[in-house]
Amino acid sequence: MAPFDIIVIGGSAGSLAMVLQILPHLKTDMQVSVILVFHRRSSEDTTLIELLSHRTEFEVKEVDEKDPIRPHVIYIAPADYHVLIEKDHTLSLDVSEKVNFCRPSIDVTFESAADIYGKSLMCILLSGANADGVRGLKAARDKGGFIVVQDPASAEVSYMPQQATEQLPVDLLLHDNNMDVLMDCLRSGRG
Amino acid sequence: MNSEALLDLSDGEIEIVLNDLVEVHGYDFMNYSRASLKRRINRLVANDKFLSFAEFRYRLRNDDVYFKRFVEEITVNVTEMFRDTQFYRTLREEILPVLATSPLVRIWHAGCSTGEEVYSMAILLQEAQLLHKSLLYATDINPAVLEKVRAGIFPMNQMKRYSENYILSGGKNDFSSYYIAQYNAAKFDEQLGKKIILANHNLVSDSSFNEFQLILCRNVMIYFDKELQERALKLFDDSLEPLGFLALGSKETLKFSSISHKYRQVANKEKIWRKIK
Ligand SMILES: C[S@@+](CC[C@H](N)C(=O)[O-])C[C@H]1O[C@@H](n2cnc3c(N)ncnc32)[C@H](O)[C@@H]1O
Repeated sequence: MAPFDIIVIGGSAGSLAMVLQILPHLKTDMQVSVILVFHRRSSEDTTLIELLSHRTEFEVKEVDEKDPIRPHVIYIAPADYHVLIEKDHTLSLDVSEKVNFCRPSIDVTFESAADIYGKSLMCILLSGANADGVRGLKAARDKGGFIVVQDPASAEVSYMPQQATEQLPVDLLLHDNNMDVLMDCLRSGRG
Repeated sequence: MNSEALLDLSDGEIEIVLNDLVEVHGYDFMNYSRASLKRRINRLVANDKFLSFAEFRYRLRNDDVYFKRFVEEITVNVTEMFRDTQFYRTLREEILPVLATSPLVRIWHAGCSTGEEVYSMAILLQEAQLLHKSLLYATDINPAVLEKVRAGIFPMNQMKRYSENYILSGGKNDFSSYYIAQYNAAKFDEQLGKKIILANHNLVSDSSFNEFQLILCRNVMIYFDKELQERALKLFDDSLEPLGFLALGSKETLKFSSISHKYRQVANKEKIWRKIK
């Protein structure tokens, strides 16, 4: 199995801690890109980017429209825009209606990534209080993507990951102590 | 839920639809960002419960009323008053004082949607005592939204938010003095609407129609591919007076385009450029 080209991480309330745990494990010998869809208030707040930059060897940047997806970069969805992926592996922004009361919506990016990346996509759904992400995980699964969900028992807010585990089979349940398994999957392409 | 498993058009089928639109209706969406377009079309096909691609295609080719609905649903018309408050503050503090020196101020809102941006501008102009000598051209590809601009009526439940935005953008008045509340609608002062000129204008195929001191085209070109962006930017360049201003959306840029060498970004964090050549 080939390793993954892209990881899309979706997180809402209470998910930052897990993101901060994952990031230091990403090494530049992995040819992978990351898109982070985080429900947050305002893009004017640059502290998130700073905070994440300190935890990773990867470059961290907020998405500008038409950004090419490059390895070793973590792209953050800007507040108030959905992020979609084009066939030529560039990023598109979209201000269309909120989905699950969210913009950016995790579903939108998961679905779009599934369409373009299929089997070489890994989706990670983390802690959160709403139903965003599940529909997108189903789409990713249908296209052969690898599904990781934070263990609801270890999530600060369990609702979002709980919805996922109830509604579809998950390839890996992530908690504080199995980060090494996640990284193994990343390198080898499958668990 | 059965309805979820409905029709999902393939890339090839989307291509056929786009060809039909050019051939039958003379509307060219070929150079739109595919990911968003595909999502919108599939959403429409699901909402309207088409059972086959053939049925959808036939309807779109032969039913002009349905084609109208298609354009309304495929274009993204989401907008807001005083969106990006810092941007409006920059307009207020740095751009309008420059425009004030002109005997006649011509402004173009390209892709104005339902007009929230245009009315925000009209309020700024009135507060700067420029509205009497200004003309605001508001254009869009979607005729349905232009009707809404004409009416100047926006949802009442947005007013609290718009009022906060207004204050953050440097507004000093009581925002509610600009509209009359009627049940769940806010009808804006007719004085603000008087200087607005509406037109159907397509950035894909139409040409320059006037010269302006300020052009705003915000969150429209995010839906265009590079080639179409380039066309639109050339059109704006042709339509701007020397030393005129071009304002784009908060995630858009002039930087990689062929006209960039003729422009200088005014306030670094806001997406406003001045034509210097
Ligand atoms: C997301 S809205 C932006 C509204 C407003 N400028 C703002 O920033 O809030 C995009 C608008 O662009 C219009 N549009 C899309 N394609 C266009 C084209 N080819 N020519 C003119 N307008 C277009 C859409 O109909 C829609 O109303």
